[in-house]
Amino acid sequence: MVLTRKVRLFPKGEIEIMIEAESISPDSFAGKSEREIGGLSVWQGPREAQLSEFFDIEVTEGETEDGGSTLEIKIDGDASRVKRIGERMTFGRIEILGSAGMHLGSGMAGGEIQVRGDAGPWAGMNMSGGLIEVGGDVGDHAGSAYRGSWRGMTGGKIQIHGNARSQLGGGMAGGEITVLGSVENFCGIRQSGGLIVVEKDALRAAGAEMVGGSIAVLGRICQFSPGFVAAGTERDPTVGGRKIEGEFAKFAGDYAISKNPKGVLYVKEAML
Amino acid sequence: MISTMVIKNGHVFDPLNGIDGEVMDVFIKDGKIAKDLTGNDLAKAEVIDARGKTVMPGGVDSHAHVAGAKVNAGRLMRPEDHIGSVRPRTPFTHSGSGYTVPSVYKQGYDYSAMGYTTVFEAAMPPLEARHTHEEMRSTPMLDMGAYLVLGNNWFLMRYLHQGEIEKAAAYVAWMMNTHKAYGIKCVNPAGVENWGWGKNVHSLDEPNIHFEVTAREVIHGLAEVNERLGMPISLHLHANNLGHPGNSEITKDSLAVPGDVGPTQKMGVDWAETKMDPHRAQSVYLAHAQFNAFGGTSWRDFESGADELAKYVNSVDHVVIDNGAVPFGPATCMTGDGPSIHDLYVLAGIGGQKWSNTDVELECGSGVIPFTYLKASPISAIQWAIGLEMLLLVDDPWKTIMTTDHPNGGVFTQYPQVITWLMSKRARDETASQCHKWGYDRSSLGGVDREMTLSEIAILTRANAARTIGMAYRKGHLGAGADGDVAVYDLDPENFDPADSEKVIRAFSRAHLTIKDGKVVVRDGEVVAVPDGRRYYCKPEVDEGLTKDMLADVRGWFKYYTIGFANYPVPDKYLRNPEPIVVNGPQGGW
Repeated sequence: MVLTRKVRLFPKGEIEIMIEAESISPDSFAGKSEREIGGLSVWQGPREAQLSEFFDIEVTEGETEDGGSTLEIKIDGDASRVKRIGERMTFGRIEILGSAGMHLGSGMAGGEIQVRGDAGPWAGMNMSGGLIEVGGDVGDHAGSAYRGSWRGMTGGKIQIHGNARSQLGGGMAGGEITVLGSVENFCGIRQSGGLIVVEKDALRAAGAEMVGGSIAVLGRICQFSPGFVAAGTERDPTVGGRKIEGEFAKFAGDYAISKNPKGVLYVKEAML
Repeated sequence: MISTMVIKNGHVFDPLNGIDGEVMDVFIKDGKIAKDLTGNDLAKAEVIDARGKTVMPGGVDSHAHVAGAKVNAGRLMRPEDHIGSVRPRTPFTHSGSGYTVPSVYKQGYDYSAMGYTTVFEAAMPPLEARHTHEEMRSTPMLDMGAYLVLGNNWFLMRYLHQGEIEKAAAYVAWMMNTHKAYGIKCVNPAGVENWGWGKNVHSLDEPNIHFEVTAREVIHGLAEVNERLGMPISLHLHANNLGHPGNSEITKDSLAVPGDVGPTQKMGVDWAETKMDPHRAQSVYLAHAQFNAFGGTSWRDFESGADELAKYVNSVDHVVIDNGAVPFGPATCMTGDGPSIHDLYVLAGIGGQKWSNTDVELECGSGVIPFTYLKASPISAIQWAIGLEMLLLVDDPWKTIMTTDHPNGGVFTQYPQVITWLMSKRARDETASQCHKWGYDRSSLGGVDREMTLSEIAILTRANAARTIGMAYRKGHLGAGADGDVAVYDLDPENFDPADSEKVIRAFSRAHLTIKDGKVVVRDGEVVAVPDGRRYYCKPEVDEGLTKDMLADVRGWFKYYTIGFANYPVPDKYLRNPEPIVVNGPQGGW
């Protein structure tokens, strides 16, 4: 019989030093009992500990509606001091009722992560597939490349209902990021592909050093990057396969970094 | 404590002693190779069964960039090089990270895992000597030394242009002592000084700015100084125009410059027994020949120039080369040749990649840039071919050394991959079929049938490396009195197919045993003991009056340095297990 496994993690209390918990993912929970999941390794600073030290674990099983097999993890509370949740996951679903710590879903290739609260920096770093949805805000470097590298996110989607901080989608080569709020500095820096949509404002230098891909800022860019040239206006443009409503000023760039850049930047004209 | 060891019944490859795969025993006593052991010693000896395995002297890398400021710049500017390449801590070893530019610990362990025991840093700027020694001191397991970058040194350029060869020799002697350095490295002679003004030199006879010295004068002068002092290693030359199409011509001409200077080693050391003459036979050692064997006139008609350069090397006796192979994949180019890195940045810099350039005051310069060699790239494919041609087209293996100019052409952990190409035409053909067609179309590699034997591999990876740098008095062979450094590889010479690349790579990547000073330090690729390495440097002796005159000149210009004269030398405490080699002393005689 095909089963769906639901694993609930109940935080036991406040976590002092942040824990590295890449073991919290459907891939590593698959096929394991409550006890085995509790025995998975997490690091707290230089100390190796077990997951059960920080969470009570409850596993329930049931049939799936569509007959497929899946695994759902629900963290029943705050996980803002838990890093690397869902790292490199390829399937299943993680729901976090509170906030998540750094590196949420980094390197993720498939499946779905939903956070009701906020997510720390580096959410979705280098992700190649799947969906991350954050109900609140995210920290710096969401959906970006690891420090120093020029190619980060290659696929998948990130949806942020609140605001994002700096270097959102840095080095992005594919996939889609939507921010319903605002972003800070260097959104889409070194972007070479994919789509970033910011529904409110961008603070400074959106699209700096981009050579490909698209960015649409539905509000205003406070300090515009100097290497872009105006390319007219468009009404209801289709950007990265997605239609965006309104009248937009279109720019090409970043000419500061390339002689023939393919990056496209849309900004709501009325707000310029 | 066991101080004796017998490695029994292995197939021994010890070219300096004329041993080519014979099944025999190797004896070690008190950390040194012994002819045999007395019954008493034998009774308590650690016995290693090497039946059906390949036994070689410990590997010697005569040219790698493994310590110092530019290496560390490579580490700092490339966090992405570290995240995917992590080595966890073990009960014996530190953790470490980095693929093209590993941390010092990882570097030491990775070399040892491949059966290497001795590695020389190929470019130490004098002002960065402290940093270089700090890193070498922190590198576990390896015996090391460093070559001092002197090809654009203000004091030397002045002396050489004025023909003051004796003072130049006195200066070099003082510098070796002062910085605890091992040999003379000459990088883009006369050109790096011009780079301080945004320029370079492009011929051997073009006087540079201010000093008006030519590359020819620098090369000849330094070679003459080197042999006058009787240094262990000959002049290590990084020729002009590196990385430019058509540079094989100037490379050939540069190598001809010291043709009238004969090799002389005047070292106050005890020489271990060898059948062959362990003294070096050449007066110039060309670094990373691949980068200086470019044909064509532009990147459009770019082709291999290795054929012509190899012909020249075949025709003379004073030249030895290392190849600087390109085994594909990520690399970090780093060199004292600042302008060449700028050229690479301009060439590959579409999209504005990161790079770094440094001017080292009165001495030299350097540059660092990440680079990836792709099989699909026509240029990379040709560079791959040139790197192998330079070893396969030079007939006498005693004129060649296998390197990747780590981490410029590739990473030292890719040596086993390079070995497969040298040993098997089929392996080369297979790689060529995955490459851009220019690889074979624009080189002679496709027509080369030569396949190297294990004995030749032993020459290229230890025996000749040791002999070329003056280390054969103790390294690179298994004669009585040599260091007890032995590599045992899980490869049966009587029962293996050189075209079985996977097997060859596995065997040479993870030594069955690495033995250092008579102690097993690696077992099946895992580090099991972490001894401290030695630091080799030269103490050349010259006339005191001459030194006094020279120092007066040095003090005169020292005001141009940002540091004081008293702070210039590297104190002894920077060296762990120092092994000074007296050069040109009473024993060697001037």
